[in-house]
Amino acid sequence: MSRVAKWVILAVTMALGVASAQQILINGAGATFPYPMYSKWFDEYHKKFPTLQFNYQSIGSGGGIQQVTQGTVDFGATDGPMTDMQLKDFEAKHGGAPVLHFPTVMGGDVPVYNIPGVSAQLNFTPEALAGIFLGKIAKWNDPAIVMANPGVKLPGNDIVVVHRSDGSGTTYIWVDYLCKVSKEWETKVGRGTSVNWPVGLGGKGNEGVSGQVKQQPNSIGYVELIFARQNKMTFGKVKNAAGVFVEASLASVTADAAGAVKEMPDDFRVSITNSPGKDSYPISSFTWLLVPSKIQDAAKKKAITDFLKWMLVEGQPMATALDYAPLPKAVVAKEQKAIAKIQ
Amino acid sequence: MAAPSTHLTSARPAQSFWQRVRAGDEVAFGITFLAAFTILFVTGLLVWQLWINSGLPRQKFGWSFFVTQTWDPVAEQYGALPFIYGTLVTSALALIIAIPLGIGAAIFLAEFAPPWLSDALAFLIELLAAVPSVIYGLLGIFILIPILRVIEPYLKSALGWTPLFSGPFYGVSLFSAGVVLSVMIVPFIISISREVIRAVPSDQREAALALGATRWETVWDAVIPYASKGITGSIFLALARSLGETMAVTMVIGNDPKIKASLFAPGYSIAAVIANEFTEATGRMYTEALIELGLVLFALTIVINGAARLLVAGTERNR
Repeated sequence: MSRVAKWVILAVTMALGVASAQQILINGAGATFPYPMYSKWFDEYHKKFPTLQFNYQSIGSGGGIQQVTQGTVDFGATDGPMTDMQLKDFEAKHGGAPVLHFPTVMGGDVPVYNIPGVSAQLNFTPEALAGIFLGKIAKWNDPAIVMANPGVKLPGNDIVVVHRSDGSGTTYIWVDYLCKVSKEWETKVGRGTSVNWPVGLGGKGNEGVSGQVKQQPNSIGYVELIFARQNKMTFGKVKNAAGVFVEASLASVTADAAGAVKEMPDDFRVSITNSPGKDSYPISSFTWLLVPSKIQDAAKKKAITDFLKWMLVEGQPMATALDYAPLPKAVVAKEQKAIAKIQ
Repeated sequence: MAAPSTHLTSARPAQSFWQRVRAGDEVAFGITFLAAFTILFVTGLLVWQLWINSGLPRQKFGWSFFVTQTWDPVAEQYGALPFIYGTLVTSALALIIAIPLGIGAAIFLAEFAPPWLSDALAFLIELLAAVPSVIYGLLGIFILIPILRVIEPYLKSALGWTPLFSGPFYGVSLFSAGVVLSVMIVPFIISISREVIRAVPSDQREAALALGATRWETVWDAVIPYASKGITGSIFLALARSLGETMAVTMVIGNDPKIKASLFAPGYSIAAVIANEFTEATGRMYTEALIELGLVLFALTIVINGAARLLVAGTERNR
């Protein structure tokens, strides 16, 4: 037998062997922010059920929404909820069956700054943050900042704003918050994963923003809470809807979601920034899994619903170890009911 | 050229198609033809894909896409001008720095340096060309920008009266991007120019020296003009690289889509904005506007390269 023929037979038997092992492969794609959490969950779940294999590509929220809409993946994931238009688009492509949002974990954004001579943890009011990012508050000793920070000597230097240059869920949370606290921001800039920034420099990724803030005196930027915690950065406190200056932490982020539970719609498409409660950190958000409500393949359907149930009970305690804020109990209960919508 | 070729064909008896196949001629022709055709096919496919996937913004904005300055994904208003501006300015700046540096180094390495030094340096320079661009970006952030921060006050006091060097300097800027790009493209100019200068026949040098020219006069008047075509080619290659460079540029340019006269102001380039925003772009209009930017970059590269080629052809005819 020739060498070529041997190789062909080898390849064919291997391919058949893989297929006959009856692995159920479930493909997903989307947000990069929860990627470490999801890969941990999928890994643990695979250990428990070796025939189930979840494959998750962190290609970004936009890509996740697009791929789940086109049906090239079994589920998607996003840091910002789908818009009404995107939902309609999905239904049109899937015979009227909608897509469901399932919150998985939570994250927050924190303001980071670099002011030579100031080492104190600064307090930021919503008005100050909106003013700075609109370019209306241009100096560090502006009364709006000084009033919230008694005892701190702030210099009269120009503020340099640093924002994300790449489209990102982190940006979505930040500008969504600014929209809620400032009418002017909402009408002039609006919300999205990328916006038309009135002022500032763009840095790529959390590391780009924090790097530029570190290098540029008198600058302020925003990064993910996880990133700030893992890099031991100091960040400012933000005044919440109840009027208390709160430092971002996993507990205060969870508290923010708990404050929003009462008004949570049944489809979980909700922004929880600036929600009531004196312990809540106002710049927080869910991240969602996007699951089609109609799954043709019975085996896949069972695998996905079982995973969701497992994630809500056994998966949640794994979140804090990876610096994600777990869901409040009330949201978990509400989601457990919503799983029944998958048919 | 016509005479020797007829001579060749007449020397051999006429061959049938199958004879030529067996002799290998036809096979070689087919393979090389396919290779050349593939390039053409891929390029065509690229343009076609960029074209059909950017229909929405082309319809909505038309030619105003090229002249408006707003880039607002929320309001779905897209204009490419700030990105075109940033791409052109950084590439021009890079060439202004890299051309004299690159050609100077190439002349030294090819004509004046002892062979061992020339070869050692050439090896290092070729290594530089293989360094990934993200490394150049890091180099820009951690070494170049701190250096520029030191130089900047002097530049400003000397040239601050021109709008080009006015305004505050945040480190990241069009200027930094241009300098980083120049470092990235200079190896291309040096290594290709060195090769073409070395390939100039020694007769050329010997003739000039025999006429009493000094060493430098020989190089400048007899060697460089002979090698000018190859040197120009190296500059084109460098320009193409700088127009399309993404990672290193986005790390040091400041990513702010506004047009300001000052080189110290932050800017944005076409390749950088596509890389930054494409993954999270939701909605067809947004994605397609980014794809149209890709089309613009493609067209820009063709126009600039074409214009440069015409310019070169024109000067050569005048000589």
